[in-house]
Amino acid sequence: MTKLIVILLSAVFINNYVLSRFLGICPFLGVSKKLDSATGMSLAVIFVMLMATAATYPIQKYLLDPNGLGYLQTIVFILVIAALVQLVEIVLKRYVPSLHKSLGVYLPLITTNCAVLGVTILNIDEGYTFVEAMVNSLGSGLGFFLAMVMFSGVRSTIEGSDIPESFKGLPVTLTAAAITSLSFLGFSGVIENLFPM
Amino acid sequence: MNKTAQNFVKGIIKENPVLVLVLGTCPTLATSTSVINALGMGAAATVVLLCSNIVISALRKVIPDKVRIPCYIVLIAGFVTMVQMLVKAFAPDLDKALGIYLPLIVVNCIILGRAEMFANKNNVFDSAIDALGMGVGFTLALFCMASIREVFGNGTFAGIEIPVLIDNHISILTMAPGGFFVFGLLIAAVNKFGKYKPKKKDFGCEGCPQAESCGKTSCEKQEKEAAVND
Repeated sequence: MTKLIVILLSAVFINNYVLSRFLGICPFLGVSKKLDSATGMSLAVIFVMLMATAATYPIQKYLLDPNGLGYLQTIVFILVIAALVQLVEIVLKRYVPSLHKSLGVYLPLITTNCAVLGVTILNIDEGYTFVEAMVNSLGSGLGFFLAMVMFSGVRSTIEGSDIPESFKGLPVTLTAAAITSLSFLGFSGVIENLFPM
Repeated sequence: MNKTAQNFVKGIIKENPVLVLVLGTCPTLATSTSVINALGMGAAATVVLLCSNIVISALRKVIPDKVRIPCYIVLIAGFVTMVQMLVKAFAPDLDKALGIYLPLIVVNCIILGRAEMFANKNNVFDSAIDALGMGVGFTLALFCMASIREVFGNGTFAGIEIPVLIDNHISILTMAPGGFFVFGLLIAAVNKFGKYKPKKKDFGCEGCPQAESCGKTSCEKQEKEAAVND
């Protein structure tokens, strides 16, 4: 149990996907302008990360590994994720239109998101069990959510301020991201002290 | 300047994939902690880009338009797997240093972007030249960033110690916040001194080469549609 909590907390705070692993930077910079789109995008990411892990983990463990096909990992995973996202979108549209309305527009954007492919590959690389892998995906998704929501707040503050000409747009956003990421550095070491192993 | 040279040079300066088009930010930020890693990443991405551009351009009349994106992704994933195996076999240290970012070349926007914007419209030779130019541009941008981060952050250059800086290094530059900060500064410098002003487009989904592939509309438009539907 402690191990699961450690995995969850370190995925959210210490190995935050956006701010310390640099995965999923495109949506982080592109969709974080407004709070509601940031929330929608991150909820969709959490959802897809969980679904993708649930689908790819058994494929790796029971299909690829026993047959010595481990090297097909990258191709299989990206195809499974792409197909899964399409399928989820169709199912949501048909059966849960309200959820489709709020998450639907972000789903196609996630197919080629490096955070989703990253989490599925990392789960295998770290040698997690299925439950641990699911917890890690949940934590990574929550970490993405936290970073997006925090950063959309930071960005709405920047919008109104006076910025030097050459820093307008991306440079000032990246500088703000640097400061946001700096705050997450403060978490390193927290887990080791909270849960001495 | 003839067309071939133009195709090659535009990737390095005018349309530099990282600093002007702002594509492939994830590997740029993650692997620019040391010069060696940056060059390794640049070389790996260039090889994948070259192979995928050549093959996609050769098959551009065969691949049906409707399923072109999945086809591209499968082709790219195949080349990435090859590069991954080669790096694992011949440069195990680099494989360890790049770790997860090596398989993630599959989802690098630069590669899919060039396939979508260039290779499916031009002949094999032009596409190969374009891929080389873009690859060199990507590698150069990574090299610039990595030089700054390694020299000032670690006091070394490609592993060689630099006399004064080794004792006075700013280690935050090699950590995550430093990556964002140096990248921001570099783009600001390009904005300030660059002869080629980046297009006045937003760097959100509008600028993403995959905007086309996700439902033929950019996400801004989709957001508007969603707002209308509400």
